[in-house]
Amino acid sequence: MTAEAAAQNGRVGGPVGGASPLAAARVIARVRTWLGRNLFSSPVNTLLTVLVVAFLWLTLPPIFEWMIFGATLSGASKAACTGDGACWTFIRLRLPLFLWGHYPIEELWRVGLALLALVGFGAPVLREHTRHRGRYVLALLTVFPVLAGVLLVGGVPGLPYVDTSQWGGLMLDVIVSFVTVAGALPLGILLALGRRSQLRVIKTLSIGFIELWRGVPLLTVLFMSAVMVPLFLPHGVSVDRLIRAMVAFTLFNAAYMAETVRGGLQGVPEGQEEAAYSLGLSWWQVQTFVTLPQALRHVVPGIVNNVVDLFKDTSLVTIIGLVDLLGATNQALKDPAWLGLAKEGYVFTAVLFFACCFAMSSYGRSVERRLNRHRQKASAQ
Amino acid sequence: MIVRPSRRAEIGQWVFLLAVLALGALLASMLADNLARRNLSFGFGFLGAKAGFDIPFHLISWSTYDTYARALLVSLLNTLLVAAMSVTAATLLGLLVGIMRLSVNWLLRNIALVFVEFVRNTPQLVQIIFWYVAILQSLPPPRQSIVLPGGLLLNVRGLGLPDLVLRESGLFGATGALAAWLAAAVLLATPFVWRLRIRAWRVGTFRVGPWALVLPVLAACLLAAGVERIEYPRLTGFNVTGGTQIPPELVALWAGLTVYATAFIAEIVRGSIEAVPAGQHEAARALGLHQGQRTFLVVLPQAVRIMVPQLNSQYLNIIKSTTLGAAVAYPEIFQIFAGTVMNQSGKEVEIIIIVMAVFLSINLVFSAYMNWYNARVALVQR
Repeated sequence: MTAEAAAQNGRVGGPVGGASPLAAARVIARVRTWLGRNLFSSPVNTLLTVLVVAFLWLTLPPIFEWMIFGATLSGASKAACTGDGACWTFIRLRLPLFLWGHYPIEELWRVGLALLALVGFGAPVLREHTRHRGRYVLALLTVFPVLAGVLLVGGVPGLPYVDTSQWGGLMLDVIVSFVTVAGALPLGILLALGRRSQLRVIKTLSIGFIELWRGVPLLTVLFMSAVMVPLFLPHGVSVDRLIRAMVAFTLFNAAYMAETVRGGLQGVPEGQEEAAYSLGLSWWQVQTFVTLPQALRHVVPGIVNNVVDLFKDTSLVTIIGLVDLLGATNQALKDPAWLGLAKEGYVFTAVLFFACCFAMSSYGRSVERRLNRHRQKASAQ
Repeated sequence: MIVRPSRRAEIGQWVFLLAVLALGALLASMLADNLARRNLSFGFGFLGAKAGFDIPFHLISWSTYDTYARALLVSLLNTLLVAAMSVTAATLLGLLVGIMRLSVNWLLRNIALVFVEFVRNTPQLVQIIFWYVAILQSLPPPRQSIVLPGGLLLNVRGLGLPDLVLRESGLFGATGALAAWLAAAVLLATPFVWRLRIRAWRVGTFRVGPWALVLPVLAACLLAAGVERIEYPRLTGFNVTGGTQIPPELVALWAGLTVYATAFIAEIVRGSIEAVPAGQHEAARALGLHQGQRTFLVVLPQAVRIMVPQLNSQYLNIIKSTTLGAAVAYPEIFQIFAGTVMNQSGKEVEIIIIVMAVFLSINLVFSAYMNWYNARVALVQR
């Protein structure tokens, strides 16, 4: 609003907040119009405004006092926290645990490098204008996981082995999410195609698979991976707990991805497929070159929503004993030297999760706006 | 589609089915092998055995001498209780926040937006644990209970609610319990009778007025006749006695599920109301309906039609999320079975199957009901 007013002001000629009384009067008039329209348009509206302001007046100052003005950040132990506010010292000292669990400190550069690689591989995929986006997606889903896997696990000359039990914190949430997306998206696409298939057996199996996973809570699926899967493996064979959890996540989310993709497939006009068949393309060719490219473009916002949901859900691995960000918080709070700091711990966890999820949601919304813009243009022509 | 699948694909699908079945058989043989190795057997016979553990919160009677089967029933009721409480509260709050999002008031609109964005973008589990550990466990002990309006007591041991004590015998020898059941029946019938009245009102043959309140007032009178006194939770010594005590685990899970679902339902409500074409509002206005009539007779009924399928999936999400009660040790079905019972009996496979089957059936029943309801409110195409 103020920027708008300033722009208006500039066009009239007077500098912003300048000496011209006319410009100042204009700004005041605009502010008044805005207030009248948005806060005081009717008696009821005025009453609501007063109530909301009173509510904010009562709640915000204590919150700010606790979070910022009365808070402590410096110091090296709980004794440093003498104020009434939050004890952020605890968060500051435990930051490595929250971010990467018990990953060896001298090997942390590998995590940083993997993160850089993720940004490098991911940026061309997410950017608005990319030629050959498909190739970048392929690289992100094949080359990058191998690279990051070797970097993080190690065990090759020059890179000492780091067991997955030492992984943790936000890093673990990101890794589980990435692996899940990389696995669940292709599987979900296959399931969505299967659900629309004319082959009855394939269709029934796909529907059964999708509805089974969508009907049960994620926690039961995770528990299944933790306690039941070992019973289904040959004697003497054991699979890493983290990998089992990732497989559970992948199967579970593939069902949700499938439903999202199915929505996109339904939006592709039937004529497209018919035209492709009449050109003599096979079923796989029709799906790969005609139907899917159109369908996937339109479900990007839906897929981003799914990714946000599954990123939030990765916090559930805490319950099966993996130390993700939430698990690290739980662990840190049990430290006898830092008892009674639950509020700080969970507020920090929530804010960190919020920052990641909000960034992803915002990206999804911007893609949606872009798509709508194109659609509007297309319908206008 | 006009193109029929090829012969090869038709055969291929059966080969695929065979492969799936073979995989299933392989897994089953592995399971049998592993169970034999551990001297375990597969079967649900353990449900008849004595449980021998305590369930701290139960709606129906429970003792350590009861069977696992009864533990299943007790914990299932706990699950359904928290689900029902959360669905009700989240629907009401979601409606409120959704309407706030559409308010002409800039402040109200944006407060609702901030709430929705923050809640939707943080994990539900973090929220539930936050409520439990950071809020409820830092409440004062019973002696310094926070007194809420209506005689409610809030302290570290939970929320104390006033309780109705029913008459053992009263007017005409009828007991208070009978009166309470009658009152509940009348109250349940009220919306259906209202529906008829609203129809009559629409065609202009019936004036809604004091008549609409006859049934609720009747219910209140019945209840009042049956109630001997209201028992408020009181502080005696170091503890709270009287009234109904809701454990903090239930309060935390309820708060967590409700707040999370509220944000999603608010967005559904907002989207549905915005999706009703503006022409409907304008046409109603042109017919001379006033604001309330426009909202309640024209816009909301059409918005409900758009809302129902999305609300359905939100409600199912709430039911599935009750399993997160495991994180705060609320004795719902997952916590009791995948936790306590699994540790005691070692029947991992059976227990996971039971829990999954329970949730699948709840889902199916609920979906069937919502589909039936959806078909009723859906637009009749002529």
